[in-house]
Amino acid sequence: MGIDRRGFIKHLTAIGSTAVVGKTTKALAHEDFTGYPDSYGVLVDVTVCIGCRKCEWACKNVNNLPNKPITEYDDKSVFETNRRTHADTFTVVNRFKNSKNPDKPIYVKKQCMHCNEPACASVCFVQAFNKSPEGAVVHNPSVCIGCRYCMAACPFNIPAYQYDDAFTPEVTKCTFCFDRIRKEGGVPACVEMCPVEALTFGRRSELLDLAHERIRNNPDKYVNHVYGEHEVGGTSWLYISPVPFDEIGFRTDLGTTPIPKYSRGFLSMVSVVLVTWPALCIGFFSFSKRREELAKNESQNNKEEE
Amino acid sequence: MEKIVTRESWIRENIFLGMSFRDYVKSNLTPFNFIAALILIFGIPVMVYRIIYGLGPATNLSDNNPWGIWIGFDMMTGVALAAGGFVMGTAVHLFGMKEYRPLVRPAILTGFLGYLFAVIGLLFDLGRYYRLPYPMVVSLGVSSILFLVAWHVALYLTTQFVEWCPAIFEWLNMKKFRKWFIRLTLGATIFGVILSTLHQSALGSLFLLMPSKLHPLWYSSLIPVYFFVSAIIAGITMVIVESMLSHRVFKEQVPKMAMNHDQFDRITIGLGKAASALLFTYFCLKLVGVAHGNHWDLINTKYGYWWLVEVVGFVLIPAFLFAFAVRNDNAKFVRATAVITVIGIALNRVNQSIICFNWNIEEQYIPSWMEVTITITIITIGLLTFRWIINRMPILYDHPDYDIEH
Repeated sequence: MGIDRRGFIKHLTAIGSTAVVGKTTKALAHEDFTGYPDSYGVLVDVTVCIGCRKCEWACKNVNNLPNKPITEYDDKSVFETNRRTHADTFTVVNRFKNSKNPDKPIYVKKQCMHCNEPACASVCFVQAFNKSPEGAVVHNPSVCIGCRYCMAACPFNIPAYQYDDAFTPEVTKCTFCFDRIRKEGGVPACVEMCPVEALTFGRRSELLDLAHERIRNNPDKYVNHVYGEHEVGGTSWLYISPVPFDEIGFRTDLGTTPIPKYSRGFLSMVSVVLVTWPALCIGFFSFSKRREELAKNESQNNKEEE
Repeated sequence: MEKIVTRESWIRENIFLGMSFRDYVKSNLTPFNFIAALILIFGIPVMVYRIIYGLGPATNLSDNNPWGIWIGFDMMTGVALAAGGFVMGTAVHLFGMKEYRPLVRPAILTGFLGYLFAVIGLLFDLGRYYRLPYPMVVSLGVSSILFLVAWHVALYLTTQFVEWCPAIFEWLNMKKFRKWFIRLTLGATIFGVILSTLHQSALGSLFLLMPSKLHPLWYSSLIPVYFFVSAIIAGITMVIVESMLSHRVFKEQVPKMAMNHDQFDRITIGLGKAASALLFTYFCLKLVGVAHGNHWDLINTKYGYWWLVEVVGFVLIPAFLFAFAVRNDNAKFVRATAVITVIGIALNRVNQSIICFNWNIEEQYIPSWMEVTITITIITIGLLTFRWIINRMPILYDHPDYDIEH
């Protein structure tokens, strides 16, 4: 055993301080957060949407994504399959059967929901995601390593990856047209484009009032549920629908707990382990050391007696 | 006894195992090396292909299934099976279970290489692998569990390297350096225990944030505990399997080892006893998880049967088999059960991250042949590295020139 008692204590102090200084910050970095009060949102009234997909065109146009002429968006064959977002497609419109009125299918626009407490932001170990006070969850590709944990953790399956880019692939998703909405009077490109005003841009709190008002005034037209009001702690994008949301491609089993909260239990254990484990280890070590010494003394005594 | 060491003789003794270059090359013409060479000739170009053409052409990863076998198997299973280093270090250096000392160095080497090659596997998976140090130096995402994993794996790799250093310096005959690193043993062991506890459980905790994606039978708030306990089991059983294989593959080193055949069997049985107790504990914890969520009805479904395969077939049954083997003093039986348990741990990690992930959507992930090839190639390189080191450094035996540390 090459360590005397003083050296041993010195080692421990070094280990302890590295551990505490290095690690406890992350346990403290978690505070409760219930969304920025004045953040923006969009209310999607799926009873109004006609499935023209012009929002898809506008989105690609404003984000400089590979695009087709707007006339080609009349093609209804894309509705045969249920589509999701991809690296060069930040929003898609899907068609669903209408259980209330089979003659009138329901079109649902899909894009990043811009959660109040985004899973993508809390899992990112390089802080590439940021929830802005305006409500947008924005991704910063300049620090992204490409671990794709955000994609695995997103409850809405939104972030996509440029898998075909060999050297500089990026995670992509709807930006809530962050550069536009920060400016006075700016609205997202899709909202601006929508010919039937299925999308309403505004303060999230006001949109919630509007949504509930529409439901209250037309109880036969809508189910009494504003999707995004409470789901995973609330989202900036809100939906109202004539049929239950699980019929039009939404998951209704996500619960109301913000996804980042699921990691709190573990993160709070981190500091406990950091503080108690060294003590336990030293305890076990001293115990076994003492036992060894006693055994040695005893065998010596026995020898002397002989 | 002064020997004149020329550079040539040094290389011959330390690199070519005391043979001339020609004899050394000849001694390497073995069936194992032939197969390994075939794998490398085939696998390395595939690695290059992944680098040049990217993840899209090389893998079956998709926007819905962003994590494949490089995460689910290479990383998750690799790190679990590499837990032997910290488990044996704790047993011997902290608990004072000296009879297990001969297994510490091989376990630490297995651990170090396990982590190293898990990280190498990760490099193929990361879209921008050249930014690997970003979470340490450029942009610190402190709220992420992955941040903790990244730091701890990096620190633990370093710690295990420190623990391995005495063997390196004994090999290089650098007594002074060796002494310095021997002094660090206890500190490194304690640091290793803390880091391992946290990152083994943190690897599981990555899935805590996916309650809507994982099958409920695999999702539980106990995931961190599952990963930690099963990592200890993986460490112990992997030490049993590794020591069994080492005794066969490195036969010529067996006479030099600090334990004779009976001692080796006794140690193996001791490890089997620990594995049995831990497997029973782990099984109970798994039941508690199902009880917490009240998911008993799900057991009578397709995924439920699969859960039973994992939890009964690879946890409960091995627990009984270990108990039976220990009771009958049958080291061979312990070794066979350890192999089953190791497979079970791998199955659990793959279930957790691939098979039972996205269970509720149609698009299922099956690895591409290139993903499988790269995984096999990395494992092969890992095994070759392990053998290269074992053949040269005092890992399986004590170097005759040095006193054993405590």
